[in-house]
Amino acid sequence: MSSNVITVPVGQTEARPWVDEFHQWLTTVDHKRLGILYIVSALLFLAVGGVEALIIRIQLMHSHNNFVSPQVFNQMFTMHGTTMIFFVAMPILFGFANYLVPLMIGARDMAFPRLNAFSFWLSFLGGLLLYFSFFGGSGLYGAGSAPDGGWWSYAPLGARAFSPGHSSDYWTLALLVSGFGSIGTAINIIATILCLRCPGMKLSRMPLLVWMNLVMAGMVLLAITPLSAAQIMLLIDRYLGGHFFDTQAGGSAVLWMHFFWIFGHPEVYVLIIPCFAFMSEIIPVFARKPIFGYPVMVAATVCIAFVSMSVWAHHMFTIGMNSYANSFFTLTTMAVGIPTGIKIFNWIGTIWGGRIQFKTPMLFSIGFLFQFLIAGLTGIMMAASPFDWQLSLSYFVVAHFHYVIVGGILFSLFAAFYYWYPKMTGRMLSERLGKWHFWLFLIGFHLTFDVMHIPGILGMPRRIYTYEPGRGWDTLNLIISIGAFIQAIAILVFVANLIISYFKGARAGNDPWDAWTLEWSISSPPPAYNFATVPTVASRRPLWDLKHPEDPDSRYE
Amino acid sequence: MSMLKMKSSTLRFLAQTIVLLFWSAMGVWASEPKDSSPHGTNIFAPASTPAKAIADLSVFVLVITGIIFAVVFALLVYSVVKFRGRAVDAGREPAQVYGSTQIELAWTIVPTLIVVVLFLATARVIHAIEDAPEPAGAVEVTVIGHQYWWEFRYPGLGIVTANELHIPVSDPSHPTPTFLQLLSADTDHSFWVPELAGKTDLIPNHPNRMWMEPQRTGVFLGQCAQYCGIQHAKMLIRISVDGPEEFASWVRAQKRPALEVASATAGRRVFESNACMNCHAVGGTQADGRFGPDLSHLMSRATIAAGAAENTHDNLRLWIQNPSAIKPGSLMPAMKLSDADLDAVVTYMETLH
Amino acid sequence: MASLIIAESAIFTIFVVAYLFYLGKSVTGPTPREVLETPIFYTICLLSSSLTIHLAAKSLERDYTRLFLAFWLLTIAQGGSFLYGTAMEWHRLVYERGLTISSNLFGTTYYSLVGLHAFHVTAGLIMLSLVAIFGFMGRVEVSQSGRVAVLSMYWHFVDAIWVVVFTVVYVLGR
Repeated sequence: MSSNVITVPVGQTEARPWVDEFHQWLTTVDHKRLGILYIVSALLFLAVGGVEALIIRIQLMHSHNNFVSPQVFNQMFTMHGTTMIFFVAMPILFGFANYLVPLMIGARDMAFPRLNAFSFWLSFLGGLLLYFSFFGGSGLYGAGSAPDGGWWSYAPLGARAFSPGHSSDYWTLALLVSGFGSIGTAINIIATILCLRCPGMKLSRMPLLVWMNLVMAGMVLLAITPLSAAQIMLLIDRYLGGHFFDTQAGGSAVLWMHFFWIFGHPEVYVLIIPCFAFMSEIIPVFARKPIFGYPVMVAATVCIAFVSMSVWAHHMFTIGMNSYANSFFTLTTMAVGIPTGIKIFNWIGTIWGGRIQFKTPMLFSIGFLFQFLIAGLTGIMMAASPFDWQLSLSYFVVAHFHYVIVGGILFSLFAAFYYWYPKMTGRMLSERLGKWHFWLFLIGFHLTFDVMHIPGILGMPRRIYTYEPGRGWDTLNLIISIGAFIQAIAILVFVANLIISYFKGARAGNDPWDAWTLEWSISSPPPAYNFATVPTVASRRPLWDLKHPEDPDSRYE
Repeated sequence: MSMLKMKSSTLRFLAQTIVLLFWSAMGVWASEPKDSSPHGTNIFAPASTPAKAIADLSVFVLVITGIIFAVVFALLVYSVVKFRGRAVDAGREPAQVYGSTQIELAWTIVPTLIVVVLFLATARVIHAIEDAPEPAGAVEVTVIGHQYWWEFRYPGLGIVTANELHIPVSDPSHPTPTFLQLLSADTDHSFWVPELAGKTDLIPNHPNRMWMEPQRTGVFLGQCAQYCGIQHAKMLIRISVDGPEEFASWVRAQKRPALEVASATAGRRVFESNACMNCHAVGGTQADGRFGPDLSHLMSRATIAAGAAENTHDNLRLWIQNPSAIKPGSLMPAMKLSDADLDAVVTYMETLH
Repeated sequence: MASLIIAESAIFTIFVVAYLFYLGKSVTGPTPREVLETPIFYTICLLSSSLTIHLAAKSLERDYTRLFLAFWLLTIAQGGSFLYGTAMEWHRLVYERGLTISSNLFGTTYYSLVGLHAFHVTAGLIMLSLVAIFGFMGRVEVSQSGRVAVLSMYWHFVDAIWVVVFTVVYVLGR
């Protein structure tokens, strides 16, 4: 019993000189601080990636524009994609996982705190390495410096012959380095969840966020590594004269595609599953009901993880696979929509019969539900491979995946920010600014990404620095670009909210949302040791049991 | 307070409905065929058998996903509006429902059935397009993708041209589809002419095959769809679907060696003594380079530089003088010809009908 | 460690897939049948090192620290001789048979796959040597047996990978 209780020494809260504080942040192994480091660094990269997007949109505002040269444009879309996936989405989700998982399972930290810190700094270093390419690299024949082969760096475009200089290598090394960081974090998450749960927290009593991060971490182990392997092969080709993807020597460009998408498809599920986790925690609290169908939600997530490993070649429908292969991947891709759809129904089932509070986290969650539904349906359209022979490599695909990433992932991240910011900082974010953020972003998002489907249907391919007039794409692209700027303004409102509320926001207290998981049982922000006494739980909603002793969940489980 | 909540959710409902209507309207507007010559690039305005099969399947898929959307959207909106929290309920929690096995089964089985139906419909079309046999009357074209232009060879007809393809319209009673073999000389490309067929990639060391069976004459546009380098955006395709007589006369004209015109002799000498002939071929002369487009019948094409510019005297002159002015990053070097030589070469080019 | 092994297995799987896919596809150069010699002796060395490390871990659990150190050093020796064997093999292939990583597809995939494994053996040997040093300093005792067990799990993994690589390269590949 004595090992479960910590005596707090007095006088621990004097102000420190800023150098000390800075040093503390640099050398921290505390999962909460590392979580915040991940989140803040991701927000910085989000700003940079967003600027790259705006440059793309200005260039595409009308046909035959020359705001930037083709060389710069090609660098912009390569860097935008690479940054957003590897240095915004993955780190920010790892950051939330880092912060929340130990708190939700009643642990004092992650299983391997130093590995945790190491993984973060690897990831951050990877981002810096990628951007150093603007100074250090040199690209496609006649081109500039940052990588410009697209974020997939398809063979043979990534080979020495077509990408002389080092820009491609910055891409490869940055991702290799941050990939190892990701694997480290995944190992940490798995070990933490399997070994450090507090007494009473059986696997079937873990919050869904914990379950989903466990599944995500398992997928990271199997998904990131194929990319690392392929990148090592690419480096061997480029520097040791290897022939893995050298078509002149019998190598196969298609093999790169297979390896890349064996990574690439599970990767997008790695990104969305933590967002499902946020929704599964936030929607119940603001609908005032438990999640509908907890066991099915777990099963569906595991099912998605397995099936998603078998769908990768739907990114390759146009490369000329035979009809049996195309049919197989059509079937598996459509099949993975079933457990995904089940989750949407379960969230609606959670809202059904509830008493919804339309605070900002819930606004973003409802937006998520609406948009993720549409994104999933456009995915089903492209699962039908003949339809994909038209839609692939066009702006329809770009619209689809931005619908998932911005309309799904980013919306759920905004919900998570508004929900857990009080816990992390002790202050509430402004509801007024939050609503401005939500509505502005919603309008900008739909203006851009709803309309973006149409140029795809009208034959506009992706990754083009300009286009011909008379194809009917001009006005549509102008509208898309305007929407992008509206989204940028909304992001500025969000950042303003984050900063202003840090100093002027209402004090949050332990449990501002009347929620039910363990992180709301301690102070906001939590003390370094998290729990003075390690809690014991008897159900999935330990705080509900405490608040409603007449009708605890433990009676029903 | 409850007024605000109601306003918020009703506002959202209205916003989402407006978005829905807007999207539908754009979809309808977008699918109207454009009345212009050449044809547009609308995947829902198919003019060829495979494109039509795809469009038909796509409409079927759209209808089914549209129904799913309508149902789920309605459920979502209903639940958000009906179950909004009211001030009078403050402090009381609603019934805590944990789940329902029957409902879970229902919404697992129904989507599974939908997937089975969609899959079967799709598999039929996949097979019909990919495993279509090549009839006797088919025209065969070998397409070789280059950075940043298209090489077209007709092995059966002995023709070599570039960037602009001529194929015969196909009469249903006596079909003459065009079967294309897709190869690449350097990196990955993709051949996409939306109104004639779905796209297929050109990958080095990985030959592909596709076919088109146009049912209407006219000019159809497309472009490269797989990022292939700096000028990926300017690798345009122009397909002229000709009636039987026009096609026959085009073939005859293309099979002829290049015309020899007296006024062009000076230019031809410049062409052959500079490095031009290392890259370009002109039928019937010693120029037989394959790195760049075949120029034997350059003047039969409407555009130059794979659609980057119209085939006019000024553009031609500018292109030869400095390709980067029109297509920066193009692999054709500026030949640094003197003005006199440049004019001579242009004159020569303009005789190559 | 189990998670790390899962991740590493995925990396090796990709290299094995590439190796198998490219069998017979080399456009030029020596073929596996022409140049490969089956390294039976060195394989036995490596696989028996799994036995010795297991015995070492068991000895430590029972507090026989000197026996533990003996088996541990034997493991390192076996691993070291395996690396020596690989080096000899490569020397022969490069200088006598002209097979390098850039000579053809087979060269690329062979050196990459075997090299990736050898890299993992080397990393393992470094870790084992560190533990050996700690052992000589008297720092390794019963309470460390959990950590030693984790390290020996890694070593077993490296051996298991060799079984796969051996089968793919020297048995199937010819």
